[in-house]
Amino acid sequence: MELTPEQHAVAAGSDARAAAMRIVAESGVLLGARRLIPIASAHIDGALYHGPSGVEFAEFLAAGDGRVAVPATLNIGSLDLIRPQNVVHTLETRALALRLMQAYEALGCAATWTCAPYQAGHRPAFGTQVAWGESNAVAFCNSVLGARTNRYGDFLDIACALSGLAPDYGLHQTGNRAACVLLVTDSVPESLKRDDSFWPVLGALIGRRYGGAVVAVDGVAPQASEDRLKALGAAAAAFGETALFHIIGATPEAPTQDQAFQGGQPEETVVLTPSDLREALSWLSTTDQPVTAVGLGSPHLSYEECVEVARRLDGRRVRLPLYLNTGRHVLQRLQAEGMEAALTNQGVALVADTCIVAAPIIRDQAGVLMTNSGKFARYAPSNIDHQSVFGGLSDCIETAVAGELRRDLSQWR
Amino acid sequence: MGRTLFPGSGAGSVLALTAPLSFWGGVNPENGRVIDPRHPQSGQSIAGQVTTIPRLIGSSSSSSVMLELIRGGCAPAALLLGAADAILVVGCLAGRELGYTCPPVVEVDPMTLLALRGGDARVEAAVDRAMIISADGA
Repeated sequence: MELTPEQHAVAAGSDARAAAMRIVAESGVLLGARRLIPIASAHIDGALYHGPSGVEFAEFLAAGDGRVAVPATLNIGSLDLIRPQNVVHTLETRALALRLMQAYEALGCAATWTCAPYQAGHRPAFGTQVAWGESNAVAFCNSVLGARTNRYGDFLDIACALSGLAPDYGLHQTGNRAACVLLVTDSVPESLKRDDSFWPVLGALIGRRYGGAVVAVDGVAPQASEDRLKALGAAAAAFGETALFHIIGATPEAPTQDQAFQGGQPEETVVLTPSDLREALSWLSTTDQPVTAVGLGSPHLSYEECVEVARRLDGRRVRLPLYLNTGRHVLQRLQAEGMEAALTNQGVALVADTCIVAAPIIRDQAGVLMTNSGKFARYAPSNIDHQSVFGGLSDCIETAVAGELRRDLSQWR
Repeated sequence: MGRTLFPGSGAGSVLALTAPLSFWGGVNPENGRVIDPRHPQSGQSIAGQVTTIPRLIGSSSSSSVMLELIRGGCAPAALLLGAADAILVVGCLAGRELGYTCPPVVEVDPMTLLALRGGDARVEAAVDRAMIISADGA
């Protein structure tokens, strides 16, 4: 690792910027980087409360006059600051979680409080070097925007933001962004590809089977909307360490198969079968017991997704708790347009700034969560002691309205 | 025997995690217990153990869980990883800035990982090289 004289001088200091520079530089050494490169922006995942140590670290940086050197957005916190009654923390935890969120704001980060910053105005240009945290946001940033980041964990993301630098390794470098696995979908029915539930299942399969390898998928471009790619990336990053995928013909580094593989040949070509997909589908449900709640929005729902939920509800009241998790960038628009009031009257619970799998929002100690999110399905059992039942958006809505499971799996046969 | 990702020394009994793990959603930050119900070592605790992990998966919030384990005295005695990962090491780097003693983290080759299945082990990880001394590889 070669630090410039200026970087050495900063690292030798005793303020927050010095601590940040040491963390970035030493991480870089471990990661095999030769130098640090300037970044254009950061997305910070450190403000979710995991215990007193995170508060200690953030306040340590704020007390050391820390200030972000580049624009930085914030991922979710452990509180819904807009509707505080949504979250049932102890007073002590609430106070610590709030201190954590305030410390990150004091460092100059924007109070976006969303895991979908890319739908809240933070969209770095193609090819831009950035440092992002939150695994779904990383996958989206690399794959759908074509900006370049590695998976920056808590602390390293804010250290990059404070120093304005990131270690030059991994997905910052062009050669590491080439696909090595080709997934061919010729034998997957077109009707399934058009179903929204196909995308998180494909993501789970990519994440669990191929881990950190860059996968390129052929034959799904016509159906690949932004929200579907968001769902795919979140599931892939929850079931594996996927940080970059290519959809040939749809994502920016893969206009053609040749470009996705940067002129090389696939190391592995896999013809995806309906049976592969059924196996991946099975990973997303962990129980046959009755559904007790329905949760949508991991990653946070876009405005368009909220409109789709309202359209499918069509004025009906829900019998099961239905949680819509979104960011304040969407909630404010729903409020302005009167849609929030309508949804609330139908019994829907809107959650902003945080989410039901990251904070204690569902009042039941244990239960069964139905979701259309691969990420919720992956984390609900361990994080909130809710077994998961996976279904498409329509099935989730119909289940919430009926008060019991309504699910059509015929398209998976 | 291994590449030091975070220097230090530690000793304890070996806990071999036989499947990839996400610390966030996979380890209880208050006691070090593996809480992912789908993980083969679910219910066992990594606190004070020389813990081997084939690779890390999932959320980048795992650095926070690592720092919380360090602060609460429930960190593993040492971490031996089958594949380098920055996320846990960053938890150690943050811990060091705050003045805490942090466990060594070492990237080991697949043979070493397979050989460490039980017994006691001591890990001495200097910046330039790491030693893993196993008292009983059985």
